[in-house]
Amino acid sequence: MVLNNIKTLIEKYNNAETSLQEEAQLKAYFNGDHVAPEFEHYKPMFIYFSKSKQEQYTKDVPLNSKKTKLYQWISVAAVAVLMLGLIVPSFMGPTEEEKQEALMVYNQTMEAFSLISLGMNEGKTQLSSLALVGENINEGAQQASKLSQFSIMTNKILKNN
Amino acid sequence: MKQADFVSLVMPFKDKVFRLAKRLLVSREEAEDATQEILLKLWKNNNKIGDYKNVEAFSMTMTKNFCLDRLKSKQASNLKIVHSNYTDNNTSLQHQVEAKDSVDWVSKIMEDLPEQQKIIVQLRDIEEYDYEDIAKMLDMNETAIRVNLSRARKTIREKLTNTHQYGIK
Repeated sequence: MVLNNIKTLIEKYNNAETSLQEEAQLKAYFNGDHVAPEFEHYKPMFIYFSKSKQEQYTKDVPLNSKKTKLYQWISVAAVAVLMLGLIVPSFMGPTEEEKQEALMVYNQTMEAFSLISLGMNEGKTQLSSLALVGENINEGAQQASKLSQFSIMTNKILKNN
Repeated sequence: MKQADFVSLVMPFKDKVFRLAKRLLVSREEAEDATQEILLKLWKNNNKIGDYKNVEAFSMTMTKNFCLDRLKSKQASNLKIVHSNYTDNNTSLQHQVEAKDSVDWVSKIMEDLPEQQKIIVQLRDIEEYDYEDIAKMLDMNETAIRVNLSRARKTIREKLTNTHQYGIK
């Protein structure tokens, strides 16, 4: 009776039609000591399945992964770089002497520039007098043209006479 | 989600992930690495974990994909084959040696199965999931799973019968 039952179960099992309960039944049967000789060759399969299920994962999982640690250190590094950027120039910057020298050079150049601008202004006034001269010359030229007209006229009169 | 919550969520199925990884990658070390990788991935996405309806099924799918990728990649080309130790059978020594031998043989037969069938046998016969869950994990329909499972079981049976009757190895 039991044998018949197992036989039909195995048939169903091979066609993948068994339910989980039926499979558990088969497993229990084949893990037991009284397996009929005609099904002996199924035994290792079911024993293997039951044994495999007992295998366990024993390794620890480091949940605080290295990556997050790296991210933490990146912010620290960024702050350090920023601080260096702020502190180094103020320490390594120009000394008092260098500053005074620079100021002197600046003042000298400013003086030289103001001198040049003075000369420029003088030159400008002289230029305006030149422009006046130019105007007078133009007037003279006009008068000269009148004169030449006059001489042409006198020549004509002389020819007629 | 805090670390303790995560651990208690993952605890029940981390062995299943490991066993599936080992079924596919064969080597114990590789499987341990894969499991660690998968658990870390889950932990990294732990704020999204609440959105998944079934974290276990999701993890099994992830494991399957991860291991298949590993198998495809060159890294896995020099996989070592490591056998696990089986515990006492509680029978006589002669019997024990014999049983261990044929049980070992089953694992060798399973190594020769196509990946798809390996996964299905692992999920059904070892982890005892129902067809609906397996269908979700593998994104297949139940009929296809049954067909594959039936094929795998018949292959195992045939090879076992051969060794049993003629001692062919």
